[in-house]
Amino acid sequence: MSTDAPSKSDVEIGDYKYGFHDSTDFYAFKSRKGLDAEIVSQISGMKNEPPWMREFRLKSLEIFESRPMPNWGGDMSDLKFDNIYYYMKAASEQGKSWDDVPEDIRRTYDRLGIPEAEKKYLAGVKAQYESEVVYGSLREDLARQGVIFTDTDSALQQHPELFREYFGTVIPPGDNKFAALNSAVWSGGSFIYVPKGVKIDFPLQAYFRINSQNMGQFERTLIIVDEGASVHYVEGCTAPTYSSDSLHSAVVEIIVKRGARCRYTTIQNWSSNVYNLVTKRAMAYGDSLMEWIDGNLGSRLTMKYPAIWLMEPGARGETLSIAFAGRGQHQDAGAKMVHCAPNTSSRIISKSISRSGGRSSYRGLVKVQKDAINCRSNVVCDALILDPASRSDTYPYIEVEEQNVAIEHEASVSKIAEEQLFYLMSRGLSEAEASAMIVTGFVEPLVRELPMEYAVELNRLIELQMEGSVG
Amino acid sequence: MTSFLRISDLHVSVGETPILRGVNMEIRQGEVHALMGPNGSGKSTLAYALAGHPNYTVTEGSIEIDGVNVTEMEADARARLGMFLAFQYPVVIPGVKVADFLRHAVSNIRNPDRREGEGLIGMREFRKEIRDRMTELGMDLEFARRYLNDGFSGGEKKRMEILQLAMLQPRFAILDETDSGLDSDAVRVVSEGLARLSGPQMGVLIITHHERLLEFNTPQFVHVMLGGRIVETGSSTLAHELHANGYADIRARHPAAAAQNSTAEAAPV
Repeated sequence: MSTDAPSKSDVEIGDYKYGFHDSTDFYAFKSRKGLDAEIVSQISGMKNEPPWMREFRLKSLEIFESRPMPNWGGDMSDLKFDNIYYYMKAASEQGKSWDDVPEDIRRTYDRLGIPEAEKKYLAGVKAQYESEVVYGSLREDLARQGVIFTDTDSALQQHPELFREYFGTVIPPGDNKFAALNSAVWSGGSFIYVPKGVKIDFPLQAYFRINSQNMGQFERTLIIVDEGASVHYVEGCTAPTYSSDSLHSAVVEIIVKRGARCRYTTIQNWSSNVYNLVTKRAMAYGDSLMEWIDGNLGSRLTMKYPAIWLMEPGARGETLSIAFAGRGQHQDAGAKMVHCAPNTSSRIISKSISRSGGRSSYRGLVKVQKDAINCRSNVVCDALILDPASRSDTYPYIEVEEQNVAIEHEASVSKIAEEQLFYLMSRGLSEAEASAMIVTGFVEPLVRELPMEYAVELNRLIELQMEGSVG
Repeated sequence: MTSFLRISDLHVSVGETPILRGVNMEIRQGEVHALMGPNGSGKSTLAYALAGHPNYTVTEGSIEIDGVNVTEMEADARARLGMFLAFQYPVVIPGVKVADFLRHAVSNIRNPDRREGEGLIGMREFRKEIRDRMTELGMDLEFARRYLNDGFSGGEKKRMEILQLAMLQPRFAILDETDSGLDSDAVRVVSEGLARLSGPQMGVLIITHHERLLEFNTPQFVHVMLGGRIVETGSSTLAHELHANGYADIRARHPAAAAQNSTAEAAPV
């Protein structure tokens, strides 16, 4: 652990600078800049995809080009679509040099106590995490139960019927401009199928699968949980994830069948050059339970509203969301719950924190369709604004087309209470430590739902973020 | 060497309002002092001013620990020098477990030069210690997992303050109305706990309305505050007298101070 005084640049996520030089050795293939039908066809061809997928991509491209940019959410005026490489394939293990990784990022990894191998993976130095030894046996165990857990590209090749049955059914390309973009250029992501009645008792994590590059720009994830089955999937990580790509636009589709259960946990901490625009949606069928746990810490702009469509009676949906916006960051996050059937229930808990001029917003929708009687929904959104320069907004939308329902919405905005600070300081905690502790306490309802290592890392990250944030 | 806390001619205001009008007191490790007085006399103000609450301004005079002037120091610096205040109304910190909070507090107090992110007392050592202290105080070990003061009854909050006292082992402990709002069983537990904890290493200032806490903690010095000043100092017989007769005689003996006593003492903002 470093013993010198942490400088502000250690911990100000907004101050990451990136200086990877573009080495042509690293990429086996890199499309030319910009996006057109030729590039999309090229992508499909290189992946050896069946004709239907190629058609799907091309159609999606048309939709993307025809749609206007959203006139709500964050400021994307700096995002130049023509200036982006939409497809890159890593050559091999040989990648960027560890020495190229910015000093402050390396030091943050040290402070978080991240193991050596994992650091290199996170920094994009290694294309694959060396997980064979540790996770090999786990994967055999899963295979024996009939669980399919692989990357999306492989799933298309190896399980074509299953794939085609569900792909694009939850989020069609026409859903929004960025879903269309992803549908045109998607690459990588996870594909999970859990057979009937199979309950996986440990969380599946993205870096278990070693057969493709992780954390790509346009990941496409598809999860099917068959009747009575259960799975917990975890993606992302708390450590600052360095990316030279400025646009990340992922799509996650989940189908939770009758009596099944799915929890999808994301902790994202993109470097501050990244626009992170994600479309995530789950369909929950009879008596099923779907849970989104969503933590957004970094990035320049995140727009993410995990959605659950409660399709049949007895379905339940829950979304826990944390957004932490620091200097130069805008988190526009929230949740959507759509009640399409009677006797369904939903819950949204949103905790947002803004400091040093950051901006975090809650944007959420609770919709109850006609004839969806006897539904219950509860929304709690709490905002903590840590200094006068920072900002928090709430945009709650409630659309109810049925009378016989119970909808609750509570919101609070606060700053760190002086009495709380004094109480903790009178026990020897410095002002920074006391503030960090209060903020950690603020997000506790969400953090206690995370797997242990994530909870520990997240709390430490918050502590780091709070150091030096008190003037 | 015995440490001492010296309060010299202390004048304290809250905003524009003067509350303390020249308080003098010296407390040594190992001594038990009681501070009594009617509502509005300034007792809690003294407690907050000693602990370093930002809303209390010292307009004249000083507070020293072993000759070191702490009057301008922040609350955490004073804590690291051995000051501790058991709050009358302990503050709720949602989502923060008692054990986590105490682990940080103990680490800072025992290693005053500790910097953030380093040197937290080891988990195993800490767990044993907190368990021992809680058992001695007759507290359910489940307490350590609860969120600090969140949903605690009045008695539980006061026991939590005593647990902190037990873990932090300050040189100077100020107890602000620690017996108020408790039933007699709870008062007894708190009194016994305090008696066990105080000793030659601890100077104690018990601020109280009643006599109950003093039952197990006989003060060597009893001070009476009126109108922001200490008007009389005596032994524990003075405490008995006040308990029996109230403050009428005191007011009669010190009419000027009585006139300056407000009926509603300014509460911390």
